[in-house]
Amino acid sequence: MILFAGSLHLGLIYGLMALGIYVTFRILNTPDLTTDGSFTLGLAASASLTAMGMPGWGIVCGIFFGALAGTVTGFLQTKMDIHPILSGILTMSALYTVNLYVLGDRSNLSLLGSPHLFSMAAALFPAIPKDITRFFVAFSFCMACFAFLAWFFQTHLGLCVRATGDNDDMVRASSIDVDAMRIIATAISNACVGFSGAVAAQYQGFADISSGVGMMVVGLASVIIGEVFFGRRSVIAGFVSAICGSIIYRLIVALALKSNFFPAYALKLVSALIVIAALSLPALKGRIQLASVRREAKRHAGN
Amino acid sequence: MLVIEGAQKTFFRETPNERVALNDLSLVLGDGEFLTLIGSNGAGKSTLFNAITGGFLLDRGSITLGGEDITWLPPHKRAFMIGYLFQNPTKGTAPNMTIEENLALAYSRRKTWPLRRGVSGGDHSFFREHLARFGMGLEDRVKDKVGLLSGGQRQALALLMSTIAKPRLLLLDEHTAALDPAAAQKIMSITDGIVKEQRLAAMMITHNTQQALDFGTRTIMLEEGKIVLDISGEKRANMTVPRLMEHYFHPRVT
Repeated sequence: MILFAGSLHLGLIYGLMALGIYVTFRILNTPDLTTDGSFTLGLAASASLTAMGMPGWGIVCGIFFGALAGTVTGFLQTKMDIHPILSGILTMSALYTVNLYVLGDRSNLSLLGSPHLFSMAAALFPAIPKDITRFFVAFSFCMACFAFLAWFFQTHLGLCVRATGDNDDMVRASSIDVDAMRIIATAISNACVGFSGAVAAQYQGFADISSGVGMMVVGLASVIIGEVFFGRRSVIAGFVSAICGSIIYRLIVALALKSNFFPAYALKLVSALIVIAALSLPALKGRIQLASVRREAKRHAGN
Repeated sequence: MLVIEGAQKTFFRETPNERVALNDLSLVLGDGEFLTLIGSNGAGKSTLFNAITGGFLLDRGSITLGGEDITWLPPHKRAFMIGYLFQNPTKGTAPNMTIEENLALAYSRRKTWPLRRGVSGGDHSFFREHLARFGMGLEDRVKDKVGLLSGGQRQALALLMSTIAKPRLLLLDEHTAALDPAAAQKIMSITDGIVKEQRLAAMMITHNTQQALDFGTRTIMLEEGKIVLDISGEKRANMTVPRLMEHYFHPRVT
């Protein structure tokens, strides 16, 4: 039960990040590597402000700084014409310094004794078990983000962003400013990622400079696992499946760790393998099909 | 009305590959005038379209559309006034978005507030009504993803998208060349109807000489970035395909 509750909490919190990854990876059709940096940025901002006694502002600043980081990457991608992958790596790399600065020149920060949103919620409803208040805090953040994205991608601006990812040629021939749409999408994506980091910092009660390493792969794994279960349909279904994928991912991880199947440090390797397997599936399927067609043709030729 | 004055463009200037793409080209196209544009490969037809849509800037000359000088405007600002249709049906529509979302994108581009709902209730019946006119059954599939449609259906949708916001100019870049004959004929008659109804200034690139004479009100031929033939009215009515073909082999014999 504790295992399940913990996975649900983490799944919802990291589901915010999965939503962000979905925006760049599936809607904009451009993988964005800023994630590793912007997650830690949100985490660091939230932890520092919580330590100062302002946990609410920690969340707000996590979102805002994440969006700012995304804007930088978007700017590099479009106006400076740097390859999208490289733009993300550059921002992520630069953010390492920024994150250390935000954490106050140290590589980790404990929030022991500082009240944060999860402990405040628990104090507000002392009768309710802690796991349930934690769930509701994580759930309401996740739903707020989901509602915003679901609304945004149905607005005119949202349609323009989606079209940019779907058919660049068409958008270039229309009156939509492609560069602006790319920057907006990357900013929104990293705002979600920063949001996720900000909530994670308060949930786990500490911030570490290396928390963001491999986060992008975790997010991708969540999005892909979600698609395995729910398929690829509309954008809103995509958001729901990203959050569910994140929860399922956390459950798999928790079960695997509990069963002593592999040590905790194997986590990133397993995440990477999940993503590799899912992404290479279409190519493998195609090759198997081709081989069977060939066999069939050879048999007919033999007759 | 489209007015092009003394358009000049040289690519790869001062290199061995230097190529004059537009050579002091001037053209006036009135509203309701439907021009078919012919010429051999590399004559400057697509270059002319690109100059109008803002794919590159002219070395010299000017372009005015509906009285507004657009010579220096960036492409997405010109696109408010220009409808453009590609040869490839997949280029003009977004495959993972629904028919109504595609139309909403094209239709509402003139309105201002970007965070209003993409597809509003009023748009819905308006789109259905427009789609019904094609007689392709698209009006009952507004919630379907465009990727599911056939090439002809996608091109019809792209055509509607490029004209639904009432542009000042419609540019058609061999827009029926990739379609089967039946679909091509259908798209051509829809195009003709829309141009007449909206009294658009329209230009169509084609390599089909019969099509060039059958549709529109005026035909021009480009060669080496210059207009070498410009016929309309009676002269055009008396033109035949074999005589037009002569111009391909011996350009400048006007």
